Amino acid sequence: MKKLINDPKNVVAEAVAGISAAHGDLVTVFYDPIYIVRKDAPISGKVGLVSGGGGGHEPLHGGFVGFGMLDAAVPGPIFTSPTPDPILAATKAVDGGAGVLHIVKNYTGDVLNFETAADLASADGIEVRTVIVDDDVAVKDSLYTAGRRGVAGTVLVEKIAGAAAERGADLDAVTAVATKVNAQTRTLGIALTAPTVPHAGEPSFTLADDEIEIGIGIHGEPGRERIKLEPADAIVDRMLAPILEDLPFASGDSVLLFVNGMGGTPLVELYIVFRRAAEVLAEQGITVTRTLVGNFVTSLEMQGASITVLKLDDELTELWDAPVQTAALRWGR
Amino acid sequence: MGITWVTDWIRQSARVISEHRVELITLDREIGDGDHGENLDRGFTAVMAKLDDLPPNSVPGDALKLVATTLISTVGGASGPLLGTAYLKAAGAVGKEPELDGAAIVALLTAARDGVVLRGKAEVGDKTMIDSWSPAVDAATAALAEGKNEVQILQAAADAAEAGAESTEPLIARKGRASYLGERAIGHRDPGSQSSALLIRAAADTAAADESVVA
Repeated sequence: MKKLINDPKNVVAEAVAGISAAHGDLVTVFYDPIYIVRKDAPISGKVGLVSGGGGGHEPLHGGFVGFGMLDAAVPGPIFTSPTPDPILAATKAVDGGAGVLHIVKNYTGDVLNFETAADLASADGIEVRTVIVDDDVAVKDSLYTAGRRGVAGTVLVEKIAGAAAERGADLDAVTAVATKVNAQTRTLGIALTAPTVPHAGEPSFTLADDEIEIGIGIHGEPGRERIKLEPADAIVDRMLAPILEDLPFASGDSVLLFVNGMGGTPLVELYIVFRRAAEVLAEQGITVTRTLVGNFVTSLEMQGASITVLKLDDELTELWDAPVQTAALRWGR
Repeated sequence: MGITWVTDWIRQSARVISEHRVELITLDREIGDGDHGENLDRGFTAVMAKLDDLPPNSVPGDALKLVATTLISTVGGASGPLLGTAYLKAAGAVGKEPELDGAAIVALLTAARDGVVLRGKAEVGDKTMIDSWSPAVDAATAALAEGKNEVQILQAAADAAEAGAESTEPLIARKGRASYLGERAIGHRDPGSQSSALLIRAAADTAAADESVVA
């Protein structure tokens, strides 16, 4: 294992200290327990948005705290859900009297810890709603699994719900729009290599030099099938087919196309992926009206990418375009 | 058996989790995300730091509650709320009793198992820690009915928990992260079932040691 770290035990604490040093104009970082809060929180009368989950997915979630997006982010240890304590502390810190929305990726640990924190916050008189993000089409049979995972689509939910909250929507309306984004978003990821969790010291799984994993999650958990490496265009075709047939997306749809890097894949490759994905969508009569390319929901140093397609309408497009000012997403302001 | 056994059990739990940390990480890396040993070790290390602050007149339920709240606030992942709830319900089951007889031990184990089911909604055969807890409860209940003493009840539970952990190897997971693997989870032991078997074995070992001291 070769990593630019000090002590594996301090990875998350030192990273959030870095976020504080770099983005102190946008956020305030708390250390015991660890959570990141928007500089001007709590904002009276505004719905607070809190998300979180294991560390190792940066810039998710701390990079999305700020105007027009999250009010707080709660990073757990690498790939491990935070405990209820910091989630509760963050929830209290951002409650401006209009209630708090928890945006939770669908992993057993995240769901259980956020659920416990929401119970505790309710006991303290804070109205909490929860939207579970589960955009990953790689998980086939939700009846016999923990259900579909929340992956890159989480960024779109956080951005659009954050815009709704910023313009004064109430808790019901923010919850509804977050639910709608999740319902209209589909993602599939692939990996060329495995990530190495610092305290584990060894890769989470092994892939031969000529193998890739289809349907990967974002915590180093293996996906559904392993195939021989193919040219990028063939891999993109494999990724898009299950995404498009799942919603399903149809000719005439307007969509946001999001190509996300997993941390170890260079942008040059992400743009090759984007190019082919845009071609395929055009062939099917689907119009790409909004785009996002880059490393937004990563899995440490894993090489790989995910493709996310969100079916847009006027409401979602307008909220996507609304100003945002965070460490990792910033426009219009 | 009273507060001495429970605190011995907790100390022994911390020791075995620390000793098996790498093994649990390895099991979890195969079908999960490789954090199970690290998370539990962090949790029990925090428990050890708080155990000495337990007031001198504490009863078993107090110590179990301390473990519960500490695990919930330090472990994270799925195992924090799940095991934390197990200890919380176990604490509730033994209440303020200073001494636990065989029936109380069975009630403790049963409440712990029911707590995990309540939170995680898993059933036997889903390849989770329930595959250790449920056979342990069944074996303890049977041992009590056969008139066995506390140590024998816990030993029966520990044997059944270990067999239960082993029984997860051929299973497809239906809960937790391993469920995403489908058939590829076959052949791997569930790390949560393994750590639970270690904790139940620690209960039996410390009960036997305490008994031999008394004898």
